[in-house]
Amino acid sequence: MIHIKNLSNNWGDFTLKNISLDIKESEYFVILGPTGAGKTLLLEIIAGLYFPKEGKVMINGNDVTFTSPENRGLGFVYQDYALFPHLNVKKNIEYGLKLRKVPEDKREEKISELVKMLKINHLLHRNTETLSGGEKQKVALARALAINPKIILMDEPFSALDENTKSKLILDMKELHKTEGITFVHVTHSQEEAILLADRIGIMMKGTIVQVGNPDEIFYKPVTKEIAQFVKIENIWEGKVTNKKEDEMIVEVNGNKIVALSDHFKVGQDVRLIIRPEDIILGKGDTSARNNFKGKITSVIKHGFYYIIRIDCGFEVEAAVTKQSIENLNIREGKDINIFFKATALQVIKR
Amino acid sequence: MFSEIRRNPLLILFFIFGMLIVVYIIAALSNMLYSQLVLHPGDFINVIKDPDVLKSIWLTLYTSFIATAIGVILGIPLAYILARYEFYGKDIIEAIVDIPIIIPHTVAGIALFSLLMKRGVVGVAFSKLGIVFQDNMWGIVMAMFFVSCPFFVGTAREGFKSVNPNLESVARTLGASQWKSFYQIALPLTSRHIFSGAIMSWARGISEFGAIIIIAYYPMIASTMILARFNTNGLLGSQPIAVLLIIICFITFVALRLVSKRGRRI
Repeated sequence: MIHIKNLSNNWGDFTLKNISLDIKESEYFVILGPTGAGKTLLLEIIAGLYFPKEGKVMINGNDVTFTSPENRGLGFVYQDYALFPHLNVKKNIEYGLKLRKVPEDKREEKISELVKMLKINHLLHRNTETLSGGEKQKVALARALAINPKIILMDEPFSALDENTKSKLILDMKELHKTEGITFVHVTHSQEEAILLADRIGIMMKGTIVQVGNPDEIFYKPVTKEIAQFVKIENIWEGKVTNKKEDEMIVEVNGNKIVALSDHFKVGQDVRLIIRPEDIILGKGDTSARNNFKGKITSVIKHGFYYIIRIDCGFEVEAAVTKQSIENLNIREGKDINIFFKATALQVIKR
Repeated sequence: MFSEIRRNPLLILFFIFGMLIVVYIIAALSNMLYSQLVLHPGDFINVIKDPDVLKSIWLTLYTSFIATAIGVILGIPLAYILARYEFYGKDIIEAIVDIPIIIPHTVAGIALFSLLMKRGVVGVAFSKLGIVFQDNMWGIVMAMFFVSCPFFVGTAREGFKSVNPNLESVARTLGASQWKSFYQIALPLTSRHIFSGAIMSWARGISEFGAIIIIAYYPMIASTMILARFNTNGLLGSQPIAVLLIIICFITFVALRLVSKRGRRI
């Protein structure tokens, strides 16, 4: 659907470097990355608001790299909603239809269909400045949907909303995506939004796309240390492959032997082991798991509805456990504890 | 505010200083209005009937109007570019646009005269087209335009700056051409700034004198008429014209302000 090839650009403080990306039809694609990664600029280039210095943007097989935005027919929703303040809600939604010279009865039909779908009928004649954040967001969405776009681009659409409004809107978005079959490209720095909405995620850092994959691949198998840190994995251990069998290998981390799947690594190679804190299991006695280490609990921190436990096993381990486990295992700072994890849960990358 | 003053000595001091400015302005104007309208109403009525005076006031108002119209037409594109784009030399262009505000008016007059007089670089070209600036209405317009356009450009630029550029981007994605997104989105959202910038420019044009007498002493604008009458007939001859000009300007500006405030509601 959207095919981006070797895209590079320089625009003030933001630089895009050699971006290649394929977004499939009807996909909900999230571009996730820290602030200042150039995500908005990438989105605006897809929309045609800026033209790239190098590279190509193809939509449905057509080269649109230098097509003006009004001829692309994409919907765009900004973080600040960008509702026209001199037009009321209805006229905002109607704007694109009027530009397309859609006759009045057809416009009315489309508008009533949209406001029904987004449940904003009661707002139709309101001044946009009197709307709440969530309402503005829905109006901006309705305005974008009015022109029947095949693709909707959204720039941090939920970041100015309170938590409850955001959760509700995310559910609405999922529903909308399911029923309308539109391709969504959604830019955000929020991992929560990415997990909840994305079919696939593209991680963007320092002006380039560093990993593309489904949420499990991104959050469990980050391909670089920086991505692992960005998705909040503290368990990044540096080691060396010391032994290798058919499908598994031994990685030595600070003198501890850890079993991992061997993949394409060679004996003697320097590697990093990455594992999510949820995949670390805490226990009392010995277990049959081969990655089984003894350690001392160095800190217990409440983190919303679960706890983050730090354990010193000769290497730093971070585990996420429930309140239930804390009580059952009598977890306290300074206590000894056993940790274990599966070889398959480990992501190995070279360093 | 007033309840706060009692508990805030600094505010009292600021209030006194601030009031001195206001009182000074009111004193100058009300003294003149009082002595003219109450003590010497006869002279004032004579002036109202004097066709030369009325002609000069009318000339002032409409030449300044033309100057403002030129400023609006040429100034909107400039203001938009200055508000929206960053480019090399932008600071210099902004400084150049502000020059007419800072140079003495007679200096501006000399500069314009040497440019626009019959033998001047531009004056020669225009005189072939039949447009003369020297001692002509168009000379007055050009002098007013020179001194008043920075006020319009500055205000309109601030107006365009206050319009979220994402609005125009969204309009583009919805199908608006660059031109349409400008006149359907950016322009209406800047209309108040444009209107008040135009009022300021018009007022500035009406008040111009120094540059105008050098390039076009005749036909006489109101200020020239006041000076001429002051030199021949003194205060008694000139003050009634000044009072009439003030009254006309005051009524006009109050009316325009009311209109622009009303426009805000819509």
